[in-house]
Amino acid sequence: MNENETITQSEIFPGVVHPTAGGGILVSSIDDVVNWARSNSLWPLVFGTSCCAIEMMSTASAKYDWSRFGFEVARATPRQADVIIIAGTIVNKMAPVLKRLYDQMADPKWVIAMGACATSGGPFFYNTYSVVKGADHVIPVDVYIAGCPPRPEALLHALITLQQKIKSGLTREQIRSGV
Amino acid sequence: MYRTTDILTNTPNTSLGEAGYMVINVGPQHPATHGVLHLVITLSGETIINVEPHLGYIHRSIEKMCESLTYRQFIYTTSRMDYLSSHINNHCCALSVEKGLQIEIPDRAKYIRIILDELTRLASHQLWWGAMAMDIGAITPFFYAFREREMINDIMEETCGARLTMNYMVPGGVMYDLHPNFQKKVKEFIAFFKSKINEYDEILTGNIIFQNRMKGVGIISKEDAISYGCTGPTARGSGVSCDVRKLYPYEIYSSIEFDEIINNGCDSFARYEVRMQEMKQSLKIIEQLIDNIPEGDFQAKTKTVLKLPKGEFYTRVETARGEFGVYIVSEGGTTPYRIKFRSPGFSNLSALNHMAKGNKIGDLVAIMGSIDLVIPDIDR
Amino acid sequence: MTNEELKLFLSEKFPSLIIEEGNEWLTYYTEANEWKLLANELCSNISLQFNFLFCLTCIDWKTHLTMVYHLTSTTFKHTVVIKSKLNKENPEIETVCNIWRTAEFHEREVYDLFGVKFLNHPDLRRLLLTDDWKGHPLLKDYEDPINMIKL
Repeated sequence: MNENETITQSEIFPGVVHPTAGGGILVSSIDDVVNWARSNSLWPLVFGTSCCAIEMMSTASAKYDWSRFGFEVARATPRQADVIIIAGTIVNKMAPVLKRLYDQMADPKWVIAMGACATSGGPFFYNTYSVVKGADHVIPVDVYIAGCPPRPEALLHALITLQQKIKSGLTREQIRSGV
Repeated sequence: MYRTTDILTNTPNTSLGEAGYMVINVGPQHPATHGVLHLVITLSGETIINVEPHLGYIHRSIEKMCESLTYRQFIYTTSRMDYLSSHINNHCCALSVEKGLQIEIPDRAKYIRIILDELTRLASHQLWWGAMAMDIGAITPFFYAFREREMINDIMEETCGARLTMNYMVPGGVMYDLHPNFQKKVKEFIAFFKSKINEYDEILTGNIIFQNRMKGVGIISKEDAISYGCTGPTARGSGVSCDVRKLYPYEIYSSIEFDEIINNGCDSFARYEVRMQEMKQSLKIIEQLIDNIPEGDFQAKTKTVLKLPKGEFYTRVETARGEFGVYIVSEGGTTPYRIKFRSPGFSNLSALNHMAKGNKIGDLVAIMGSIDLVIPDIDR
Repeated sequence: MTNEELKLFLSEKFPSLIIEEGNEWLTYYTEANEWKLLANELCSNISLQFNFLFCLTCIDWKTHLTMVYHLTSTTFKHTVVIKSKLNKENPEIETVCNIWRTAEFHEREVYDLFGVKFLNHPDLRRLLLTDDWKGHPLLKDYEDPINMIKL
């Protein structure tokens, strides 16, 4: 019950309302407002390499709609995207491409590693010569999802977790700039 | 960080780096390439001169890995190769092991396998229809296709336990018996989907813009289709009769009534029509089988450790994309000595250059959609 | 044609072919330098017409390599399998790209993974691995301690 209260608590606009004559004044801190806005409008990059991409497409379609959380606009270009969902296996030939896409994304950016293959190499861990054993050998990852492939509900749970992470913590640029 | 093969100053091994030609990259990260396919296109204005596919961005060395997996374990890797027809791929592997060990499977298992195969073919064609329409520019069919696909995924999840990569086929039959709700749900789905197929035709097939984008585009003649090794709807749209279910029937396909759809149009619209008719034929097959599933065992008794005798075995099935073949060379041990997967997409893709020459760059997307590529199937 | 008729036809045309018994389809061994002639004849002969090459692969037997070609005819519906032994140090064989166009990609894949050189191939480059990869992975003596984690 407590967890439910915390979830609804952080979904309303962060701030305290001071009732004054003629309406109210909302007082808050800029970081809270900025984090709230960023988490509710994350635009994912279209990046799916193998089977997990089909579950990502299922999450985007009508039954497990992800646009109710703000992820509606899925951009094809990394310059306009906020979060990259690595859905599928990363192999040696694809790793420089992934790094280049990550570098082209503008700050602040987040990474979700979807599925067993992106987390640790998955079913292709032993006796393969060309699979990168986990996408975090290439780029830093924020949220990991287990499953082969994970259900659409698991992907939605990961997206909500990422939203909570953004609302409650500092982004990488805030840490780097010494806040 | 840049590799020298990425910076193209002229197309390798050809003399096309002359003035007036432009070389551009499509992919590997691109919404329309259905996976990670890197195409290097040489253009003169907007007309395509040469298309060269660069593969290997999802080469997971499955054939090497299978040399260290036993005959029961290697079946899961084929689910991940062509993940849209995962049941059919698993079926082929189970058939190849049964052929080597000469196991006879019970009738109930045969009926269950064929019904699940045809449901998978329907689901794959639905996703193809939605994704191809989205590539051409019509976004709405994507949601319609996924709505129906979710119904099939629910049926699969109840019986097999997973939505996309279900390892339900084992050498000897199927892993568990059907769920009690299976027959009822499948019958409801058939009744629902029959009206939806007409809706699909209304939305897309009769649309004048769609027809103009697909007719006359991506022409491949019958002799070229055979020479390039195309199978499946890609070849049947050019008049080649190559349905493995009719030519080399396996399980009980020889006693089921269905038509092989052949269209002599040779262009993208013909391939589109072949797949739409195949969806109707799949419904017909399921209708014939769903009421007559015989009682009995769902799995034949097999030894715990399977060892194929020394020799080589080739088995083929018809997936949603074409002929999928498994070639096992065995030395008598518990793991295969060499496995080769003959994937349909590999040969279909080699015909892309031939089909796309002379067309505009916007037609390339229509051609790739009509061949129905799944890149992990090509790279293995 | 049935298997017996095929056997008679091919043994009188090409007496140097060796049959391998025990497979479901007719299997022949041929020399690497006679492959091109045999392939031309199989494709263009009116009563054979093997126009569909559906599987092209290679097997590593540690002392030698074997190329395997599966051919079938869409008009007569018969199937034949041709194999050819190559030596390990310098595996070379003629290409069949101009007879069956599907061989272009298949031969590039065999070159990539096994190291077999195809003479007169229009474009023999690596297909599935990166261009600067050292070695040919599907050979049985391929060692890669960095990437391959053995179970």
